Amino acid sequence: MKRIYLDHIAATPLAPSVLEAMLPCFREHFGNPQSLHAEGQAAATAVAESREAVARLIGASAGEIIFTSSGTEANNFAIKGLALAHRAKGSHIVLSAVEHLSVLNAAKSLEKSGFTTTLVPVDREALVDPVEVEKAIRKETVLVSVMLANSEVGTVEPVAEIAKAAKARGVLVHTDAVAAAGNMPVDVRTLGVDALSLAGDQFYGPKGGAALFVRKGVRILPLIDGGIQEGGRRGGTENVPAIVGLGKAAELALAAMAERQARMARLRDRLIDGLLGSVDHVLLSGSRERRLPHQASYFVRFVEGEALLLSLDLKGFAASSGSACTSKALKASHVHLAMGLDHATAQGSLVFSLLDTTTAEDIDALVAVFPPVVDRLRKMSPLYTEFLKEKTP
Amino acid sequence: MIYTEKVMDHFANPRNVGTLPDADGVGQVGNPVCGDMMTFYVKVKNGRLTDVKFQTFGCGAAIAVSSMVSEMAIGKSLDEAMAITNEKVAEELGGLPKNKMHCSNLGADALHLAIKNHQDRAAGGTAKIAVAEEAGHEHEEEGEAAEPRGKTGKCPYCDGPVEGLEKLCECGRCHTDLVECPACGLYTRAGEPACTHCGAEIKAEPKS
Repeated sequence: MKRIYLDHIAATPLAPSVLEAMLPCFREHFGNPQSLHAEGQAAATAVAESREAVARLIGASAGEIIFTSSGTEANNFAIKGLALAHRAKGSHIVLSAVEHLSVLNAAKSLEKSGFTTTLVPVDREALVDPVEVEKAIRKETVLVSVMLANSEVGTVEPVAEIAKAAKARGVLVHTDAVAAAGNMPVDVRTLGVDALSLAGDQFYGPKGGAALFVRKGVRILPLIDGGIQEGGRRGGTENVPAIVGLGKAAELALAAMAERQARMARLRDRLIDGLLGSVDHVLLSGSRERRLPHQASYFVRFVEGEALLLSLDLKGFAASSGSACTSKALKASHVHLAMGLDHATAQGSLVFSLLDTTTAEDIDALVAVFPPVVDRLRKMSPLYTEFLKEKTP
Repeated sequence: MIYTEKVMDHFANPRNVGTLPDADGVGQVGNPVCGDMMTFYVKVKNGRLTDVKFQTFGCGAAIAVSSMVSEMAIGKSLDEAMAITNEKVAEELGGLPKNKMHCSNLGADALHLAIKNHQDRAAGGTAKIAVAEEAGHEHEEEGEAAEPRGKTGKCPYCDGPVEGLEKLCECGRCHTDLVECPACGLYTRAGEPACTHCGAEIKAEPKS
């Protein structure tokens, strides 16, 4: 059976040229970039070139890029490193309620050492209102962090407006751009942020290759103490293959940006309209207009997301769900609850994210297979039976 | 694959899905907050289950569990059916992921409620359906089937033995830290702001 992979957000395959760029780092260019001999310097050059490429992707300069092992590490580094470095000013952090757990839990961890956090609520589409962020800022606020895009519901947040409001109050701004970077244009100067997280595995780079942008002149405390790597801000021998892979992926993403973004958005809209048109009582999650180009997510009423996901998997489609049953903790997604959804609706979460290689035929195949999959589960669902009874008394 | 072949078979081809308009007993457990919801319908003749149907809103495990329970129950005497436990159902399915043992493995409870509803009707009761309260009690009376699981000394997530103090303890199998809900007495994961069974607020235990 042909597999159609629509879970970009969980992992993307390596672009072939990314793998080609990485392979020599395991073989002839195995050196430690900190070594002064030729082997070491070859690795150092490769790392420097990657730093340039990542900087170019987001409109930064190379010295502002710190390589990390994951988006989660970059987020932890930003929240903890910036908050602790500016503790003298205060100990209050403002986050949106729909941040990734690596941001929320990093802030929670800081609460143990005296920080307090304000979570700014979101609307039904998971949009953060910049005015609400501004209202949450106090004189002891040191950091605002609002994600650029939410991978679970697809919404792109008004980070530039939020940053403007926060900067006017002299507060540092971080944005988690892990879902966005490499998939839509991201420019740190236009956004006006002080720090930004990104991860290569979201744009055909390797797992383990990620980065934190920290604006020149902004102080940050290391999360990993050690040697002089990454300008003394992150100890540990550089993961050269992952860094080189990330750099190559950044280069490819930048070169293809406009064309790829437009093509992805067309396919996404085909999927959004296709599924909404094929089955009743399916809601689009997140914002239709302010949306990641490669993400289409829904709430399918009267059925549960894991059952949908497994049914689609059996038909050859890989999707994702934010339903409570799908999560290891068996808890409803904090993003869905923050959007004001009831538990039953949130349980029907279904998320598709498209790859560069996804075709219109793939989308049409999914749209064709979707109605019978939903129908089968609804026929089993006591909630649907109840709904039908209430509709026809 | 997180599920056994048998679970996937019952998920993909569930047996006995549907409702019985002329059921002799109906039982319902769970709710969408919990994640899964199951309704069981039974037909009883001469003390035996001649037909069992179910409807389930929930994950793959919940659907497979319901299907397996229905298959295990049809043709059984009421006593035999009452002896079917959630653990036996999981065993028949070749096991379930630990975190699915609690939320999704409620099929036997729903079946038992349907049988109790039948017995209640036979004794002159008028309830058309027996619904388990969130704490695991049924509406009419405290029943064996819906016995609070915490008080059995089992982990609500994997059914492993609970070890440690009454109020703050951990599962001996999956090592989940558990606390006893002051309202319903069931175990819930430590750190949860509210009991996952009855919704009562759980105050953090003072660290000793």
